[in-house]
Parts: sequence; C-alpha cells; structure tokens
Amino acid sequence: MDGERRAAAREAEAAARSSYGKLVAILASRTRDIAAAEDALADAFAAALAQWPRDGVPANPVGWLMTVARRSVGHAEGRRRTAAAAENVLRMLDEERDEVRPDSFGDDRLALMFVCAHPAIDSEAQAPLMLQTVLGLDAERIAASFLVSAATMSQRLVRAKRKIRDAGIAFSIPDSGEVPARIASVLSAIYAAYGTAWEDVTGADSKLRNLAAEAIWLARLLRQLLPEDPEVMGLLSLMLHCQARSAARRSAEGAFVPLHDQDMTVWSRSMIEEAETHLRSAARLATPGRFQTEAAIQSLHAHQRMTGERFAEPLVCLYDALARFAPTTGVLVARAVAHAENGDSAAALAQLDEIPNVGRYQPYWAARARVSWLSGDEDAAWTSARKAAGLSNDAGVRAFLLAGGFRGTGR
Amino acid sequence: MHYMLLFNETAAELGKRTDPARADAYWGGWTAYMQAIAQSGAMVSGNGLQPPEVSTTIRVENGKRHVVDGPFADTKEILGGYIILDVPDLDAALEWAARAPCVSAGSVEIRPVMLPPAA
Repeated sequence: MDGERRAAAREAEAAARSSYGKLVAILASRTRDIAAAEDALADAFAAALAQWPRDGVPANPVGWLMTVARRSVGHAEGRRRTAAAAENVLRMLDEERDEVRPDSFGDDRLALMFVCAHPAIDSEAQAPLMLQTVLGLDAERIAASFLVSAATMSQRLVRAKRKIRDAGIAFSIPDSGEVPARIASVLSAIYAAYGTAWEDVTGADSKLRNLAAEAIWLARLLRQLLPEDPEVMGLLSLMLHCQARSAARRSAEGAFVPLHDQDMTVWSRSMIEEAETHLRSAARLATPGRFQTEAAIQSLHAHQRMTGERFAEPLVCLYDALARFAPTTGVLVARAVAHAENGDSAAALAQLDEIPNVGRYQPYWAARARVSWLSGDEDAAWTSARKAAGLSNDAGVRAFLLAGGFRGTGR
Repeated sequence: MHYMLLFNETAAELGKRTDPARADAYWGGWTAYMQAIAQSGAMVSGNGLQPPEVSTTIRVENGKRHVVDGPFADTKEILGGYIILDVPDLDAALEWAARAPCVSAGSVEIRPVMLPPAA
C-alpha cells in the first residue's frame, strides 16, 4: 500500500517535471496570464499528490493535470471578478472550442518564448522569464545562473509577468519581419538553459538532465521555423558539440575529466557530425555571430583532440571575436585563458584584472589558477585554485582543483 | 483591448504648427494619419492639444490652491495629443504608434486603458 502510494507520488512528480513548460505554455497562451497559469498548475499538482495515491494514477497523467489546471484558472478568474479577467477566460473557452490541432505543444512553447522576448519586456527579464515559464526552472537557480540575488530575480519575473498580462502582449509567433529583433533573446535563453544543465556535471539532478535535451529540442524546433537563420544553426551546433562529449566529462569514479584528458571513444561521433553539418550550413550564409563563433570554438577543441594538432592561435582569434559579440563575464574569462594557452600570459592576466564583480564567480578563479600557472607563478595558481575549490558546488571539480588540475597533463 | 497613445512632440516639432513654411506638411501628416486609423475601424476617440503656453496647472496643499501658468514641469517633450485605439494586442497598438508623425520627432507612449471592475 505504502509502495503504491510512493509510486503514485513519483508518477505525479515525473509528470510535473516532464510537462511543466508545455502545460504553462498552453494555459498561458489562452489566458495571456503566466502567473495565473502557474498558480493553476500548482493547484493541479497538489490535487494530483492528494488523489493519485488514493485513486490510482490516471491513464493520461498530463491530460488529467491539464483538465484540473484549466478548471482552476476558471475558478481563480471568477474570484478576481474583473472584466479583463472575464474577457481572458471567455477567450480561452472560445479557443478551446475552435481547437482542432491534436498536439500544439511545440507551437505553444515557441509562442511563449517569443512573448517573453517581446521588446516591451525589460531586457534583463527576458531570458530568465523563458527559463522559468517554458522550462520550469525555479527562480533561485535562475538567479544563480544570472549572477543576481534570488529576491531581485523573483521581483523581475513578477513584474515581467504582470506587464505581459496587463499590456496585452499577444501569444503568437510574430510575423517573419519581427522575428530577427526577438530571436537573439530566445537563443540566449535556450543557451542559458543548456548551460544550467551543463553545470550539473554529475547529472545528479534528473530535471536538469532533461533540461539539456529540452534545450536541444527547442533549438531543433527553431531550426525548422527559421531554416535560414545562421545563429540558430550556430546555437544548435554549439549545444550538439558539447552534448557529444557529455559522457566523457566524468571518470567511472565520478572524477572531473578536463577536455584534454577525455576518452574520445565515449564521444558521440554522430552528434559531432551533425554539429559540423549545421556549422557548415551557417558558414555558407556568411553572417557571423555569437553562437556560430562559440560553435566554431567547440569544433576546434574537438579537432584539436582528434588530430593532435594545436590550434591555440586560431582559438585566440575566435575568442577575441566572441568577446566583441558577447562581452559577458564567462566569455571574457575564457578568452583570457585562450590568450594564456597561446603563450601570452601577461596579456591574459591583464584581461582578468579588468573583469569586474568576479569575487564569487567560480570559473574566474579556476581560470586564474590556470593562467597564473602558465605565467610561472605557482603560488598564485594555488591560491586561486583553493579559492575556486571553495566556490565550487561540485565535489569532482573541487577535487580536481585541489589536486592541482590547473597544471594540465601531457602537453 | 483599448490603448491610449500619447503623442509627445519636441518643441521644434510643435513649432511647425504655426510656421507658415511647414504648417501644411505638419497638419497634412497628422490628418492623413488620423484618417487612416479611423478607416481601419480602430479609432475610439482622440484629440490634438493646444500648446503648453495656454496650459494651466493647479495643486492643492493644505486646502490652499496653487495655480500656475504652464505645465507642471519643464520637459524636453510636450504632450501634443492623444488617441484611444481599440486593437487586439500591444503589437497592433505599436504598429499604429510607429506610424505617428511625431514618432521620429519625439515619442509615442502606449498605455493600456484600465477596464472598470465588473459589477
């Protein structure tokens, strides 16, 4: 009996994890109210946790959640009793009656992403909003990825949702003329989702493991929607390159394995080939951009390993280009390492010194350890490595740093 | 949904209204714009406003009336007129706003109109 209960609870949790974004997208596209859609879903999940252990798991768990959440949206709007709310509910019922598409999940989620990327939404809130509504990440984890406090992030998200509801932003994929203006934020959000999953190197969190696959799925969907956009191809190529190596990032014992020590037989050749195909298609369009550059960097890293050649100099050029497209903290840190690997550790240290607000940014200190080592300052390298270890939330990475992993091997 | 478009004009733009060399083009632009909205069926209401020189501002502090000549504060842009539109969503309102003659000589603010609470 207890076993059954636990199984039902697990089932509810699995449905919640796998379908959160789809359900929010469908509900919100009918009511234009993301916060209300989220509340309704929370109600539906609570109801599932109460009923499924008692009555058994329904044959179609996601459909069950959808039905309960829709009813809950209706009730909540009834309580609010404003003309605007009533109008939204009427629109939802109307559209449900007209609905003929059997599975519009893909379209709804893309539409929701474009809503979040509307220029009328605070640009700082766009990517976080997509991560929360489309992929179901919680505000705390999003705040960590964007290097702001959880309170600031929650406030930003609440304000953005209110703006979408009250300003009457349409839930639809914009006309092709409008797409270029919004596509950059959509791509950033997908990449941020992938990055969040990537940081969880151990793959311990199953929700995050899903996230990497979802990010790639969304990029593929965009690739179909915008077949001629080189940055969409670049992003897809970039994520496939990284994903191809994901199984090699850990030893059997769970230890962190840096790229130059990875077992290449574990790399997915088919993913690398697909990544290269997208990158070549993008190059033919001759419009370089951030994601194409990042994909090219990953492509060079892979070739460096596969051919044994060193591409330190071309990598410096690519990182310099990337820093012009996207001068983010992470890019600037990686660029400094590229300069150091190419033999110019003085320039690398100067670049690192110029990056602001890095006190608690773990990758900065890990990079600084490597750059200091390459410059011949072993004491400084150890100091930075210990600092990076202290800031890491991953045991494997911590062990790697404290074992002097910054010294590299075999080169 | 109803949206108010607030047309903010620079002083130079507003000055065209009375400049013989430019008044025709100025008024011609606005008339064509308003007619286009009206013909589309999106116009609810709207008006141009007279310049800030004929504006008066009042505040009441502790029961005492403070009446001053002109608008409340000096700003670079002046509210020159407004319209109320009935369109499906923000993008449709933005599309009309982007066509306003003052959009490149000032700005247009778009505000959703509040609906009264249901009875």
